[in-house]
Amino acid sequence: MKPVLLWSDALFFLLIALALGSVWWGRRQEHLRAAWAAVWAKRRARIAAAALAGFFAISFIDSLHYRAELPREADKPVAYSVEVLSALDALLMPLKLNTEKTYSAPLADESFAKEILADGSSGFPPLKHAGAHLFGTDKVGQDVLYLTLKSIRTGLLIGTLTTLIMLPAAILLGIIAGYVGGWVDDAIQYLYTTLNSIPGVLLIAASVLMMQVVIDTHPDWFATAAERADARLLALCAILGVTSWTGLCRLLRGETLKLREMEYVQAAQAFGVAPLAIMLRHILPNVMHIVLIALVMDFSGLVLAEAVLSYIGVGVDPNTISFGTMINAARLELAREPVVWWSLAAAFTFMFIMVLAANLLADAVRDAFDPRAAK
Amino acid sequence: MLAYIVRRLLYAIPILIGVNVITFALFFVVNSPDDMARMQLGVKRVMPEAVEKWKAERGYDQPLFWNGAAAGLDKATETIFFKKSVRMFVFDFGRADDGRDISREISTRMGPSLAVAVPVFILGLFVTISFALLLVYFRASYLDTAGVVLCVGLMSISALFYIIGGQWLVSKVWHLVPISGYGEGLTVAKFLVLPVAVGVIGGIGAGTRWYRTIFLEEIGKDYVRTARAKGLSERLLLFRHVLRNALIPILTGVVVVIPALFTGNLLIESFFGIPGLGSYTIEAINAQDFAIVRSMVFIGSVLYIIGLLLTDISYALVDPRIRFQ
Repeated sequence: MKPVLLWSDALFFLLIALALGSVWWGRRQEHLRAAWAAVWAKRRARIAAAALAGFFAISFIDSLHYRAELPREADKPVAYSVEVLSALDALLMPLKLNTEKTYSAPLADESFAKEILADGSSGFPPLKHAGAHLFGTDKVGQDVLYLTLKSIRTGLLIGTLTTLIMLPAAILLGIIAGYVGGWVDDAIQYLYTTLNSIPGVLLIAASVLMMQVVIDTHPDWFATAAERADARLLALCAILGVTSWTGLCRLLRGETLKLREMEYVQAAQAFGVAPLAIMLRHILPNVMHIVLIALVMDFSGLVLAEAVLSYIGVGVDPNTISFGTMINAARLELAREPVVWWSLAAAFTFMFIMVLAANLLADAVRDAFDPRAAK
Repeated sequence: MLAYIVRRLLYAIPILIGVNVITFALFFVVNSPDDMARMQLGVKRVMPEAVEKWKAERGYDQPLFWNGAAAGLDKATETIFFKKSVRMFVFDFGRADDGRDISREISTRMGPSLAVAVPVFILGLFVTISFALLLVYFRASYLDTAGVVLCVGLMSISALFYIIGGQWLVSKVWHLVPISGYGEGLTVAKFLVLPVAVGVIGGIGAGTRWYRTIFLEEIGKDYVRTARAKGLSERLLLFRHVLRNALIPILTGVVVVIPALFTGNLLIESFFGIPGLGSYTIEAINAQDFAIVRSMVFIGSVLYIIGLLLTDISYALVDPRIRFQ
């Protein structure tokens, strides 16, 4: 077994480390403890956070990638499979391997499609794994529960990594524009107004098409298909980040403009503290609540965007398992008779729970941290 | 007022130039036309002649910025940048990669797009503002809480499911309207009912919550308390004073999207087979027709900038303080 660290895994672990670090740091800050206590006082928020923690745990297990060792032939070096698996695949190996020929209904024991049986009559042949598929199987016989659980990581990564990638630019430019002012402010404002005026979906579509050409013309950059799919996932996050940092940047600029006039900032200026130190020590900590709110508010929108973009054909790699690719593969099946509903139902349920939990938590966080929110 | 509009118009020009430069960089600098030709021709080992032919047919065989081989002014105009990007400012989009005239396609497809987008916009506005007023009227009651929870639930459903669910229930189970398609004259109505309904319902969650917040912010202001202290009824207060004053923040969100209605709704048009600009864009993306995508990016940006302009003007109209700044 050879561990594989994909770029998205590394960033995801970095994100978790940052989150744990800020929890450790925040526990010692009185005002943050009070705000979080207000969040946890709501039962809705507690349930939502528990659900999201579950999704995070699944994604974490799914991010521990490895390549399995191939059966060893005598006096040859150890060879590894080209297929990159994750710890979640290892746990779900029975589900992954129990494939059928084609569709089968949830917990069914015979096939969905009629066939000519061994005795010459036509009928529904028994399944290889009768009653083993909780959510049924899809067109090529893959277990839908397995696909759904694998989709969670894709959705979650897009929802979190996008914000992580765009945060440095948004924070840096937003605070500088607000604090320095003058032509720097004009330039940064011009930059985000211009980016903002290109319709989001079209900018994403154009960028993804271009990125696809780059990936297709350089097949030698990637050792395995998983690495290529991973590069595409990260590129999608980066592109989504480029289209979404403008909102946060504008908010931070506005807040910095206000903070600049506060007495404590003026006092620091009078004492001769360098502008950089003022921005880091006095402005940044006081705009972090906006960053936190943006982080949780953007999450649900990004998860929903992934599904839509994958439908349009500019989302994740078609071989990456995601809610979008699942819906895309299943959407024509409602026209069948009898209806094949289980793929869509499974994708719908899990996506709904994920986005609803994120929305509920985001509301609670905003109410607790935004001084302007209606109490 | 005129000076104000002119100033705003001038402000839009550098933004349009910026958009143009970004799209040009995205489409021609990130990948050379040779890469695109190879991708379009779709085979691993393409003959260099085939690549040259593909480029020549579509006018990509010129230098990017500076044509040293040409004479005089042509040095600057016989280039990809001038032919493909600068010409967009006069709305000359040239031909799509499949040879059809893009401007013509756009003008014929604008009608169907508007036929869906305008009813969705007007009905959606009416429905969401009515719901929001209802929730605000019963604020801090069980109805309000239930309404907000319902809105969050509706917001958490992907737009894809509204469309798929609507098509399945209304067209397949109830057989009320055709699943997809588009017609001539009055027959078009039966094709439009479902897309419009799906569009309106899909927007209820986010819209209602947004307007509710605006109304709640307005209702907490001093003049409302004064009016209430003077004995004005809650209903009169809400409809005459709060609604009217909340129109200013509502205006920002609403006016800016009006020009964008022309480009239609990508998902709804593509699912319901409506031959508008939204489905045109999706087809272009699937066929990797860069000329069309580039044109749509430019048109979309122009419409957005017009939207910003209209917002500024409507602000100046409703709020005299801005006019005399």
